[in-house]
Amino acid sequence: MELAARSLVKRHPGVLALDQVDVTFVSGEIHAVVGENGAGKSSLMKVLSGSSTPDSGELLLDHAPVAFASPHAAQGAGIRMIHQELSLVPELSIAENISLGAEPARGGVIDRGRQQGEARAVLDRLGQHELDVNATVGSLPLATQQMVEIAKALSGQVRLLILDEPTAILSPREAEALFSVLRQLRADGVAVAYISHRMDEVFLLSDRITVLRDGRVVSSAPIARCARPTIVRDMVGRELAEGFASHSSSVGEEVLRLRGCAAGLARDVSLSLRQGEIVALVGLVGAGRTDVVRAIFGATPLVAGAMWCHGKEYLPQSPRDAIAAGIALLPEDRKGQGLVLQASMRENTTLATLHQRSHRGIINRAAERDAVARWIGELGIRTSSQEQIVRLLSGGNQQKVVLARWMLANSRILLFDEPTRGVDVGAKAEIYALMRRLTDDGAAILMISSDLPEALGLADRIVAMRGGHTVGELARDAASTAAVAALILGESRAA
Amino acid sequence: MTHSGTGWRRLREYALVAVTLVVALVFAVIAPGFFSVQNLVNIALSIAVTGILAVGMTAVMVTGGIDLSVGSVVALSGVVAAMAAAHSGAPLIVGGVVALGVALLTGLVNGTLVAYLRVPAFVATLAMLTAARGVAFLVSGGQSHGDLPASFGLLGRTVVLGVPTPVIVMALVMAAGSFLLRRTVFGRHIYAIGGNAEAAWLAGIDTRRAIWTVYLLNGVLAGLAGLTLASRLGAGVPNAGVQYELDVIAACVVGGTSLTGGRGTIAGTLSGAIFIGVLTNGLNLANVDPYVQKIALGVVIVIAVVGDQLGKGPRGT
Repeated sequence: MELAARSLVKRHPGVLALDQVDVTFVSGEIHAVVGENGAGKSSLMKVLSGSSTPDSGELLLDHAPVAFASPHAAQGAGIRMIHQELSLVPELSIAENISLGAEPARGGVIDRGRQQGEARAVLDRLGQHELDVNATVGSLPLATQQMVEIAKALSGQVRLLILDEPTAILSPREAEALFSVLRQLRADGVAVAYISHRMDEVFLLSDRITVLRDGRVVSSAPIARCARPTIVRDMVGRELAEGFASHSSSVGEEVLRLRGCAAGLARDVSLSLRQGEIVALVGLVGAGRTDVVRAIFGATPLVAGAMWCHGKEYLPQSPRDAIAAGIALLPEDRKGQGLVLQASMRENTTLATLHQRSHRGIINRAAERDAVARWIGELGIRTSSQEQIVRLLSGGNQQKVVLARWMLANSRILLFDEPTRGVDVGAKAEIYALMRRLTDDGAAILMISSDLPEALGLADRIVAMRGGHTVGELARDAASTAAVAALILGESRAA
Repeated sequence: MTHSGTGWRRLREYALVAVTLVVALVFAVIAPGFFSVQNLVNIALSIAVTGILAVGMTAVMVTGGIDLSVGSVVALSGVVAAMAAAHSGAPLIVGGVVALGVALLTGLVNGTLVAYLRVPAFVATLAMLTAARGVAFLVSGGQSHGDLPASFGLLGRTVVLGVPTPVIVMALVMAAGSFLLRRTVFGRHIYAIGGNAEAAWLAGIDTRRAIWTVYLLNGVLAGLAGLTLASRLGAGVPNAGVQYELDVIAACVVGGTSLTGGRGTIAGTLSGAIFIGVLTNGLNLANVDPYVQKIALGVVIVIAVVGDQLGKGPRGT
């Protein structure tokens, strides 16, 4: 079996997600696809697995052109994808999940014996002899659930198995078990496409590595001809992105300090933030970065450690406390967490500060409109009117609406989680300039960025996280993409 | 702005008013007496109690919740009002205080269950629907309590300049409700909570307290509706208000309030209540079988909601 992509092009608004991509997956090969966030890995896998169609280019299955209109069609051709978010029904048993949608039945009545027998067979093939096919999936550990998901994929005819960051949720031992299963599948003649950030496992497991960057294939070679430093450099590419404002001129006193903090995925985080500077918190997805900023904002409970704000011990019980302390969060998921999408720009902007624009609970509309108008001007928000529904604004303008909200709240410590995610290239530079202007005015910014050139271009200091821990800190002058990548990947030799 | 939500919603309100007028014109032709002053007053009176309830329900539905208990609370508060009023020197005042107090208690229980104990609103208020009805029967011994001092009827039976007092009460409650929703911080907060509870919380809004307060207010309004009804009937009736919650939800939904929260206005709800009132009254006058009337109301609700779904267009991603 061979599945080849030829000259795939996929456009998203404002970005070229796939740009003339050629890549071939063959039976009996584990093929790693690596790249930064936004490099085009997900877009490529979506096209291969039938959940999106390319704008141009074609797929060749054993040299014959194919087009997958849906994931169902791709599955019919033997292509299965294991997503990071598992698609199991937690209330059903392992056997029921494995046969979901293709239940063995006679006259519409499920043949439980066959259902369980087939599940047993496929689990045995994966070496999961001790798993009970009647166990409820929701009660199983995540690693086991993932194994069930793979079993479900294998229960049909599988020729290409695509895995998206499968080890993100696994412990090293569980990952090792997964690798042996994948090697077994390779020996059985299955083609495996393996998406990962983690250099160690990519080199341990794969037969071929393809590097994507900005929607293009930068390199693709058999493992014997791949060297780690080269792969890392291929992934990161540009040393610095364009369009960054100058660095901080005057760094003032410390406004925020964290020591030994644990919250959510974050286990042990220490950092400090001073007035007038931008600090970038970098790390892989799952390193716990978002939980750090959410803990500072009172949105995720702190389970260990201590925080100080302006030198005073600080332990917010809710976002209200954080806002009162002059702290603002601009979440990565603007649509889910930042904005009320069906409400107007005006309503979204004043949401956190209505009390300042009201008397005895009654909103002073003139004051509200004046305040919003001022920040539309200050931040350069492009909108037809204050009454514009925010759902219809561009990503950049939506981000500015959230920022305007915190400007009204007079927030001086700003937590940006992926400030330019979903923002088109032109608006990115504007967001960067705004952030720098804020720190020049004496604000302090802690930002999370998965885009290393962005983090390096914008930040005065870089704090790296790996596996829930802060693992290092680099000053602007000492930071290079290679050094930062080495820290977050745990890749000391690449530095 | 042609595709914006506000534009669509305004268009929808006009459309509902236009449809109501057309339906009214048809009845004016086929049902003699429809356009008499007396009949229009009848229509207004027929929607007064549901109209009072619909104000609170609109607020509850804007938060993304629902309150199924209002019909039972109407009965309970009517019964306790009548029983308290029976031997008192100031029947309406004593009855009113007792009715609103008991109703507030039901709202407090609903609000605490929904906002702080995270019981789904449907379940919490379904339980209250059963329990409040049970209490109404229990305290009344299953009997209607009539034979009340004449002054108890002041709230329900007085006519001021040709307008029955229940209609005036409804108008005042609607005006206050509309002001609360549109002009106050609290109103803005509950729209934000219904639109995106997570974003509202991250903007520093005490979302649980706001939701709790909405159920509390809704309970009080159900008490006011129950008091008004008992005053009009001259009795506290334990099986009054059966299925009122459904009539009220129908008025809200026809008026454009979203069951998933974030959307809904008092003006829309009033239009919905008037439309349903006109339709029911006209069909009565035209001697349409009451069973067929129920079918017609069902069809209207479906048309209104399907129209909303189509108007929303594909959901933004």
